[in-house]
Amino acid sequence: MNFKTAFAALLATLFAPFPALAQGIDETINTIFADYTGWYVSFIFAPLPGTTFSWIALWLVVGALVFTVYFGFIQLKGFVHSIQLVKGDYSDPNDAGEVSHFQALATALSGTVGLGNIAGVAVAVGIGGPGATFWMIVAGLFGMATKFTECTLGVKYRNEYPDGRVSGGPMYYITKGFKERGLPGGKILAVLFCIFTILGALGGGNMFQANQAHAQLSGVIGDYPGWITGIILAAVTFAVIVGGIKSIARVTEKVVPFMGIFYVGVSLIILIMNYDMITWAFGQIFMGAFTGLGVVGGFTGALIQGFRRAAFSNEAGIGSAAIAHSAVRTKEPVTEGYVALLEPFIDTVVICTMTALVIVITGVLNVDPETGLYIWNAEAGRIATEGEVSGVALTSAAYAKAFSWFPVLLAVAVVLFAFSTMISWSYYGLKAWTYLFGEGSGTEVIFKVIFCLFIIIGSAANLGPVIDFSDAMLFSMAIVNIIALYLLMPIVKREVNSYISRLKSGEIKRFKH
Amino acid sequence: MSSETFIVAYEGEEGDTPTLDYAIERARKDGAGLLVVHILEWSPYSFLTPDEIEERHGRRKQEMTRAREIVLDPAVAKVKAAGLVGSAELRYGNVVDKIVEIASETNASMIFVGRAGSQSMAARVFGSVPIGLAQVAPVPTVIVP
Repeated sequence: MNFKTAFAALLATLFAPFPALAQGIDETINTIFADYTGWYVSFIFAPLPGTTFSWIALWLVVGALVFTVYFGFIQLKGFVHSIQLVKGDYSDPNDAGEVSHFQALATALSGTVGLGNIAGVAVAVGIGGPGATFWMIVAGLFGMATKFTECTLGVKYRNEYPDGRVSGGPMYYITKGFKERGLPGGKILAVLFCIFTILGALGGGNMFQANQAHAQLSGVIGDYPGWITGIILAAVTFAVIVGGIKSIARVTEKVVPFMGIFYVGVSLIILIMNYDMITWAFGQIFMGAFTGLGVVGGFTGALIQGFRRAAFSNEAGIGSAAIAHSAVRTKEPVTEGYVALLEPFIDTVVICTMTALVIVITGVLNVDPETGLYIWNAEAGRIATEGEVSGVALTSAAYAKAFSWFPVLLAVAVVLFAFSTMISWSYYGLKAWTYLFGEGSGTEVIFKVIFCLFIIIGSAANLGPVIDFSDAMLFSMAIVNIIALYLLMPIVKREVNSYISRLKSGEIKRFKH
Repeated sequence: MSSETFIVAYEGEEGDTPTLDYAIERARKDGAGLLVVHILEWSPYSFLTPDEIEERHGRRKQEMTRAREIVLDPAVAKVKAAGLVGSAELRYGNVVDKIVEIASETNASMIFVGRAGSQSMAARVFGSVPIGLAQVAPVPTVIVP
């Protein structure tokens, strides 16, 4: 008896008396979930009148474009400087021992690199076809300017407490920045942002992660009720965020970067093994971007999916990165903006593209041999795939075509990614929560317990309602955050101009290391 | 004013006392001043959790205060009590690199380091501070048993 059968048998024995009950809980949670969140999701993703293009995708793209133009394509012009900053070329040696640019970037990345890059890309390519990848890369490149803007503000307007702790994020730059510019409504927007962040932390930062972790686990060890994964994950998370067992979080934070490097490594090996197909795959991505290649919704279908998934994966414009980056030790807030613009590049342009290329090259998406177009599964609302799988299971199937052992490893990676993202989002959610309800262990514990309960709900609910709700919440954060970024971007402009002129005049020095 | 400066790589552990004592004795004979150096191991490329990042600035302050009060101040006091010119230097970074850096900056003529601690498995695999200094120090280095 192999491990898989043995584990399934064990679960069956353990839960034999409760199968009806277990399934019942799943279904009840699903129904309640879909019933209560459906209307809001429909509102957020409502198409522009007379089109199929959702207004929220346009909102993010226009934002990214505006920041790109306003800051003179800073993601291109400042790219080399960003790398110099991460290398520590401009870090004062006397500040050694403080949070470095590299550390702020690495921690922010472990919150963003994860399921969005594995499952999210599969969802995008599964619905929007390979063309979605093109739009994902475009969104990633433009999103770099958004990230630059929000993280500069995050550092500039952070709160520093007497004990040396630092808290920052959109809620702080909204209130302080608006006050500085004499704009009304800062407090209201900040509160609204915090509410969305708390819900986003519970949605995309929690339920989506738990859901996909369960999907991958049950794919590898056999089907079992989602709430079991939920309870286990919730217990471990509880131990870390409530119990203060930091060693678990520390181990995860240390393992996750290596998982990421390993994932990219395996992707590269698969691409090298199929090097003759890379040009073809890019052809599919490029053609699909403008024609849809038979995908329902065609060009706009690919575009919307690409933009949606890119935003979900790299979180540019969402505001979460501004919370993560604000603790860095620097005298120049702009430097952290430069460093943060690398995030969408690494996350979306590099890692997401890898996943998409592997999915396209390994041929898990079904193609009609006569027309060369993708076969549409109307019932599921996506391209027909081998084994009719979607999300993380599709990525897993694609990698398994090259390496049969990969799904087991991916299951481990997915659980770790999911866990590290949950830890990061529990922190973002908590920052928003304490902004609203004040700091203090009593109020903090309430949020942390709610957070753990949502892990169980996330594991048990169907992919559909969870993913839609996650998106809706994250995009709600972006509504408030991007309004604030528009109003505060002149402040960032002033900072950038002053920084660049001092850099040119040699006032800001490079240090010898 | 003494003509020469000797560096003592000082962790403040019990095993370091003979090192400091030996350095004081040598410095007295040679009429040199002693610079007690304490390095807090740190890499700007390590990974931190969001909580660790938030607390880092405060922690650093605490670590530096503790190092000054518990490790460096008593050591410098001991040097001064022996009638020598004593000073202290505290830095973050790779221990060997930083000691070498300080030695170059101060034109030190000798480094004293304790052998204690180099018996562990990790030290055997990755190398220890005395072994590292023996390999890269720009000036004569005394490894005190």
